[in-house]
Amino acid sequence: MTVKAMTTTTAAAVLAGVLAAGPAAAQPADFEPARLSNGNPDLNGIWQALNSAHYDVEPHVARPAMQLRQGPHSLLPDVPVLRLGAAGAVPGGMGVIAGGGRIPYTPEARALKEENRAHWLDRDPEVKCYMPGVPRATYMPFPFQIFQNENNVFIAYEFAGAVRDVYLEDVGPAETDSWMGQSVGRWEGDTLVVEVTGQNDQTWFDRAGSHHTNQLRVVERYTPIGPDHIRYEATMEDPNVFTEPWTISMPLYRRIEPGARLMDFKCVEFVEELLFGDLRRNPLPR
Amino acid sequence: MRNAVRQGTAAGAALALGLVLAGAAVDAQEIPRTAGGRPDLSGTYDTATLTPLERPAEFGERLALTDEEAAAIAEGEPVALAAVFGIPPDRNVESAPPSAAPPVGGDGSTGAAGAVGGYNTFWMDRGTSAFRIDGQWRTSIITDPPDGRRPPLTAEARQARRALAGFFRPNTGAAWWLIENGPDAPGPYDDPEIRPAAERCLLGFGSTAGPPMLPVLYNNLKRIVQTDDHVLILVEMVHDARIVRMNAEHAPPEIRGWLGDSVGRWEGDTLVVDTTNFNDTPALGGASRNLRVVERFTRIDADTLLYQFTVDDPTVWSAPWSGEYVWPATRDRVYEYACHEANYSFRGILGGARILEQDVREGRVPETPR
Repeated sequence: MTVKAMTTTTAAAVLAGVLAAGPAAAQPADFEPARLSNGNPDLNGIWQALNSAHYDVEPHVARPAMQLRQGPHSLLPDVPVLRLGAAGAVPGGMGVIAGGGRIPYTPEARALKEENRAHWLDRDPEVKCYMPGVPRATYMPFPFQIFQNENNVFIAYEFAGAVRDVYLEDVGPAETDSWMGQSVGRWEGDTLVVEVTGQNDQTWFDRAGSHHTNQLRVVERYTPIGPDHIRYEATMEDPNVFTEPWTISMPLYRRIEPGARLMDFKCVEFVEELLFGDLRRNPLPR
Repeated sequence: MRNAVRQGTAAGAALALGLVLAGAAVDAQEIPRTAGGRPDLSGTYDTATLTPLERPAEFGERLALTDEEAAAIAEGEPVALAAVFGIPPDRNVESAPPSAAPPVGGDGSTGAAGAVGGYNTFWMDRGTSAFRIDGQWRTSIITDPPDGRRPPLTAEARQARRALAGFFRPNTGAAWWLIENGPDAPGPYDDPEIRPAAERCLLGFGSTAGPPMLPVLYNNLKRIVQTDDHVLILVEMVHDARIVRMNAEHAPPEIRGWLGDSVGRWEGDTLVVDTTNFNDTPALGGASRNLRVVERFTRIDADTLLYQFTVDDPTVWSAPWSGEYVWPATRDRVYEYACHEANYSFRGILGGARILEQDVREGRVPETPR
């Protein structure tokens, strides 16, 4: 990896990554998680992030829309999203990158991210209901469910019905690229550590154009910090687009309401008009 | 795809499985259990079988195959595949060699391999034998009615099926719905919503997702992860995850899903899953939103599940029907079956129909549709 520009931002990210590396640091000393019969923390449940990372993982103030155009005095919603009004605006957020700052993109990759954002509607894989990849699947505004027993960990996501089988054994390198990649997990103390490789280059990190290549390697850390909270951390490496590894960190919240469950959200049927409507025998207004 | 990974490893995998099970100190008479004492159904299973859902009429009410009949079915599979799916003999191969594009207008073959370079047998994976229960080879998955065939359709269902006849008509290379029924007649490719769920990447084809979960042409793996409160069943095709909530009540009637709403309970050592609240078009062919399926999962030994089911849909079938088959464990892993990746083929299907319709309107109709 070539470090093209060491900035205070990226230095802070490195420091944060170091601090975040120890699971003990993230877990209050007096909290004792529920455990399975083999002693591993019990992560079973329906979980959801509660932040604005799905809009933009970087620190950002609120903006008028997910796709913008330059107006006479300020940025305005672009034409295709104009009629969404305030419902289509982007809430601000302090960002989820550990230590603050931005994704350490190379200049070329940063330029592509900005271009992606300008063409959000055409380019964001979420719009077309593609499976979201990791870590984006974790903090989309949809719940996901962890199924864990002594020998298996499986994660099902509401969005696009995406799934991950977390292998708890060495299965070798991913044999092919896929949308959700290959996940291999292990326990480090009370932290479930999952290495994700073999993701294709078509998923993003957010609705702000943040991209990667198929050389992305993600190391996730799931640490219970309370009966209804998990500290989620994910460190990203991709020598093609990042100058150095970077880490996101956020709490996950248990969906505690009675009857909480993953609902059907295949979403393929919701994008048929977008993707195929022009090929109806009698096309509708578009 | 799985065939490529599997090549040359079947024997090794079987051996490895035996060693793993031996290593887990599982007595042949015992089954793995969870910490809570329930049978542990977790594992990966290959549900492919050459035993058909419905019993061939020649067997009448006979449930069992002889050893000779079972051997004949296994040996005849390559020929049967080629015949059923119209695969030319020269494409009936166990690998996928690079090949040139088919000639314009197709190569004259029909079926799944048909015309424009579709599947050859490399893609097919219906299993290698019939299945056995208690040492008995079976003629069909359906056990009730006694003739091993689905009961008669209701009058309402027969009428609905007639209306759908055009959907099962092979592509003849001409917009027959305009030629035969007039320029304004509806056709089977008018809108995305009227195409089958499998074509739309909503569900796997056949009833692979079910319920009931039935074997299909390929990608027959199932993955079960069992916890105290839930049983997760991953269906390989189209990555359908069935989430069974244990000891729970069904969702209210307005909450419906492609896979229905599944709740489970234990009856002794058998997991019983009750599924209702389906969408209008469940995965099970012909079924309606009134479908109710009861499935029973029993671990009969360390590496085999017995899967039993009863289908009840009074709108469609004049009586409930039941079946059973076994799910052998496999060391294969389930690879991602995304299906929807903008579904370019679906654009081709709809776009192709528009071209055929234009041909008719502009007088370019083939004199004899192929």
